[in-house]
Amino acid sequence: MSATAGPGPTLNWRHRLAERGVDRKLWLLLPATIFVLVLFIYPFLYGLSLSFQPMNGGSVLANYQRFFNDAYQRDTIFTTLKIALPAALLNVFAAVPIAFRMRGRFRGKRLMTTVLVVPITLGTVLTAQGLLNFLGPTGWFNRVLMGLHLIDGPIRLTNNYWGVFFSLIITGFPFAFLLVLSYLSGIDPTLERAAATLGASRSQRFRRITLPLLAPGLATTFLLTFVLAFSVFPSAVLVGNPAGSTRVISLAAYQAAYEQYDYSYASAIAMIMGAVELVVVAIVLVWRARLYTGSTGGKG
Amino acid sequence: MTATTAAAPPARRSLRATPTAWVIWAVVIFFFVNLAGVVGSVLVSSFGQRWFDTWLPSGFTTHWYGDAWREFGLLQVITVTLVASALVVVLSVLIGAPAAYVLARQNFPGKRLVYLSFLLPILMPPITYGIPLATVLYKFGFAGHLSGVVLANLVPSVPFVILTMTPFIEQVDPRIESAARMLGAGTRAVFLKILAPLLVPGLLASAILVLVRTVGMFELTFLTAGPDSQTLVVALYYSMSAAGIRAQQSVDAMAVMYTAMMLVLLVVALRFVNPTQLVARVKEEPE
Repeated sequence: MSATAGPGPTLNWRHRLAERGVDRKLWLLLPATIFVLVLFIYPFLYGLSLSFQPMNGGSVLANYQRFFNDAYQRDTIFTTLKIALPAALLNVFAAVPIAFRMRGRFRGKRLMTTVLVVPITLGTVLTAQGLLNFLGPTGWFNRVLMGLHLIDGPIRLTNNYWGVFFSLIITGFPFAFLLVLSYLSGIDPTLERAAATLGASRSQRFRRITLPLLAPGLATTFLLTFVLAFSVFPSAVLVGNPAGSTRVISLAAYQAAYEQYDYSYASAIAMIMGAVELVVVAIVLVWRARLYTGSTGGKG
Repeated sequence: MTATTAAAPPARRSLRATPTAWVIWAVVIFFFVNLAGVVGSVLVSSFGQRWFDTWLPSGFTTHWYGDAWREFGLLQVITVTLVASALVVVLSVLIGAPAAYVLARQNFPGKRLVYLSFLLPILMPPITYGIPLATVLYKFGFAGHLSGVVLANLVPSVPFVILTMTPFIEQVDPRIESAARMLGAGTRAVFLKILAPLLVPGLLASAILVLVRTVGMFELTFLTAGPDSQTLVVALYYSMSAAGIRAQQSVDAMAVMYTAMMLVLLVVALRFVNPTQLVARVKEEPE
């Protein structure tokens, strides 16, 4: 062995690494890895350490104490959750029966899904502009309701909680619907037919077959919709009441950074925002882990 | 069943109305009517002369478009939007596609960690990492310029390219690559002559998806743009939040131009991808 020591051990070492998947192809990962480290991990850690160095001196946790001692700032957490959680839940639970009815093929399905993509691509800024016109006191919505004599005077739907809520429905519901629809079409329809031959009624089939298979997908859908709703920013300013009922946490972080130029405090708020979101995500993921996660029998 | 013609596909279910079906269709139609109202009211307002307490504006005109074009300097804004988006698309494909190839083909120690770090920027709300990112970009002098906007927009775009490309690469049979290698092709030839042509649909799909998302991305551009590097959606936000300075109709005209631009992109995008792919990486069943 020692006589052939020249290329032997290095070759061997390379070979053994290659068997575990470490070879020269991994260099292709380098640009993306550097990118994530420089533009995502480093700023994140920088922001984290900055949040522990308060601009006006004080203890390490001064920024966090400042946030939680100030009711005006602290309440932004609950304001955000109060908007994001109901909106995300409504989007997901409204999407289930509608997607259930519309799975399979029918005429105009492609057209319908195409139209549904429109509000997602337009984004919240344009939706806000439209909602101000449409739901405003002299907008078409109030006009129709008054024309039908359902209400006496215009109801106030913009520049308050409901304006933001509707903007989250308009952009969030199509998103949730398309996701649920794709999860549903991944479930093998023969499972349900088998249950039907065994005498299960329509509601039993839904409750015992479809729903358990769909639940993990619903959890994922809820998470993605919640992330969208949680970071609501433009519509909270434009169709909401940014000084009061819709002063969300992203707005508090923005104001600290770009109005008070206190990047340290702004980073602290951004970290709190991330932490609150991760708590919700973790709760949903723990719940999801207890669900069935095997094959859904389809292409899913 | 016997009455149906033989040409009708058996998979199509009849849409016979059960009570729940009526409720569901009513909800869907209600949603679409409101959506049409939201988009339509912006459109009508942008063509209206004056519109106060009536169903429709008192007269129609197109001069708001000219006003908006001049007042908001839209030529520059649209140029910035297109240049920034094109740069983001090219860079994110160049960075993301090789990584997607490795992730689709190989198992290696730490793969899960790498995968998770690519997933995180998509799962986090843009404002959460946008504020520390903007702080860093300001520190190094990138923010406030086009370069800062491009760098910030790369953060969600590269992972998005990786996620959309991976299934496309998995579909390419690795034996084709082995065969090419056995016939004497080098790594470069395998990539350029074998993989690239096979991956054109995937590259187009991910490029167009990144394009749509970058043109529509508000938060990151908003946090990093300076006065001469605003994209259309950020300029729209500023003109809206400064309401009262400009006529409402010229803001609406700008919104319509933004909508038109997005719809053109969307029509192009839907030639290459399924609607569901815009939100998820799941592929629909063939129709």
